[in-house]
Amino acid sequence: MDLDSLYQEIILDHYKNPHHKGLREPFEAEVHHVNPTCGDEVTLRVHVGDDGTVDDVSYDAVGCSISQASASVMTDLVIGKPVDEAMTIHEEFLALMQGKGAVEPDEEVLEDAVAFSGVAKFPARVKCALLSWMAWKDATTRTLEARNG
Amino acid sequence: MDGLLPDLEVVRKDFPILERTLAGGMPLVYLDSANTSQKPQCVIDAMVDHLEHHNANIARAMHQLGAEATQAFEDARDAVAAFIGAPSRDEVIFTKNASEALNLAANTLAWASPYQVGPGDEVVITEMEHHSNIVPWQLLTQRTGATLRWFGLTDEGQLDLSGIDSLITERTKVVSLTWVSNALGTINPVAEIARRAHEVGALVVVDASQAAPQLPVDVVASGADILVFTGHKVVGPTGIGVLWGRREVLEQLPPFLGGGEMIETVRMEASTYAGIPHKFEAGTPPIAEAVGLGAAVRYLGDVGMEAIQAHEQAITAYALDGLATVPGLKVLGPTDAALRGGAISFELDGIHPHDLQTVLDTRGIAVRAGHHCARPAHERFGVQSTTRMSSYLYTTPGEIDALVEGLEYARSYFRLD
Repeated sequence: MDLDSLYQEIILDHYKNPHHKGLREPFEAEVHHVNPTCGDEVTLRVHVGDDGTVDDVSYDAVGCSISQASASVMTDLVIGKPVDEAMTIHEEFLALMQGKGAVEPDEEVLEDAVAFSGVAKFPARVKCALLSWMAWKDATTRTLEARNG
Repeated sequence: MDGLLPDLEVVRKDFPILERTLAGGMPLVYLDSANTSQKPQCVIDAMVDHLEHHNANIARAMHQLGAEATQAFEDARDAVAAFIGAPSRDEVIFTKNASEALNLAANTLAWASPYQVGPGDEVVITEMEHHSNIVPWQLLTQRTGATLRWFGLTDEGQLDLSGIDSLITERTKVVSLTWVSNALGTINPVAEIARRAHEVGALVVVDASQAAPQLPVDVVASGADILVFTGHKVVGPTGIGVLWGRREVLEQLPPFLGGGEMIETVRMEASTYAGIPHKFEAGTPPIAEAVGLGAAVRYLGDVGMEAIQAHEQAITAYALDGLATVPGLKVLGPTDAALRGGAISFELDGIHPHDLQTVLDTRGIAVRAGHHCARPAHERFGVQSTTRMSSYLYTTPGEIDALVEGLEYARSYFRLD
């Protein structure tokens, strides 16, 4: 249980200075996700361009350093990417978080998000790291369904 | 330090888990007893002995083992009745936990009986309730067309009784409240509120989940018509709780769950029901768990609930003093140990409770972070979540020192100095 493996500098930096925070227009879907055991909450909006690019992800969130930093890193990773590629990054991050510390992260894909590798060894904190990622996937899926449906 | 259990070191030896170490060889500092208490060896032994030597189904098995198991189960009922001062052992109903007990009350009150809640009636709770004493009443009032109302809280974390006359009226059918708050620690004047409720003919339900572990409970003096608590917070096992009710009330309420053991005669057209307590105990109950609970309340009785209360107050006062030395720390609820139980929820500027809990955990200190199933109470104080330490009869001043040191360490780790 090494604290420094959990609280890497990158995570603390994103916590103190979160990227892309705040709710913005335009957006196609807005979701509100909570972690019912602890009360962490995130309201998240996605804006997907006509060409299928994640043009914006904006959010308002309350919670711990892990959940806040994770939201910040997630927006850095998915904004500007085609939705398909962003979904692949999501899958990669999910696998890392659910890997109980045994999954070797691909830095090419996950960039700053590799700093969350240590979280996988703290089972109680995995939900914190996943909260905004799950909200993003939910909002994006809703956007695509509305568009294609 | 005055008030501590004189045999604290002996008491601690009764709880084998307190000797274990955690990752990195850190000794366990267990400050999460309001969540669940640890178990003394005598409870563990009683359950093992029952399963090894006396296991059988109760009441229906006619053989020798069946008789022994039935005796053990009913002995546990006697022990619980004595623990809470119940006028009759038949008034003690075993449930799965306190939540099931509260749901038993809230469900049976929706059905035909002299106590039936209907349209236009009101149910009164408080803003400091655990979710398990909120949601069942929301369900009841939504299903019956009744109205749910509640006592608000003062800034000091006490019930705001200033509007009691407009809150408890002739429309009030049920008043349900916690004796001791799991989030704020507040000890509520249940007997006084029960007196007011009875003046208008309302039924009084008391959630004693946090009171039963910490205070001497006398169900009659409490003024409750129904009082519930859970086994695992009174050094007993999980899977068993208690609903005590006044005989007249329990006899007039309809059955809750239908099934084996709660019946008198079953015909295909209709059935008649057993008397209390069995009317409310459908199906095979948690037998080994009841045996464990019986051993648990006997253990607490032997240590003495007055002595345990004094110990809790001494530790709580010491903890409040220690927490007050940590910069940026704010306690929710009363800051006078005499007005509160041993669960202390607090905020620490600049560190989210989850992060604080993790830092403390790496030092072997177990606390709880979150809203502690009392989200409305947190919302009242504009707080999303808190960190909660909760002590019990085995907590030492040294463990409080370890907590305070851990909080200082967390502040330096997150560079708050």
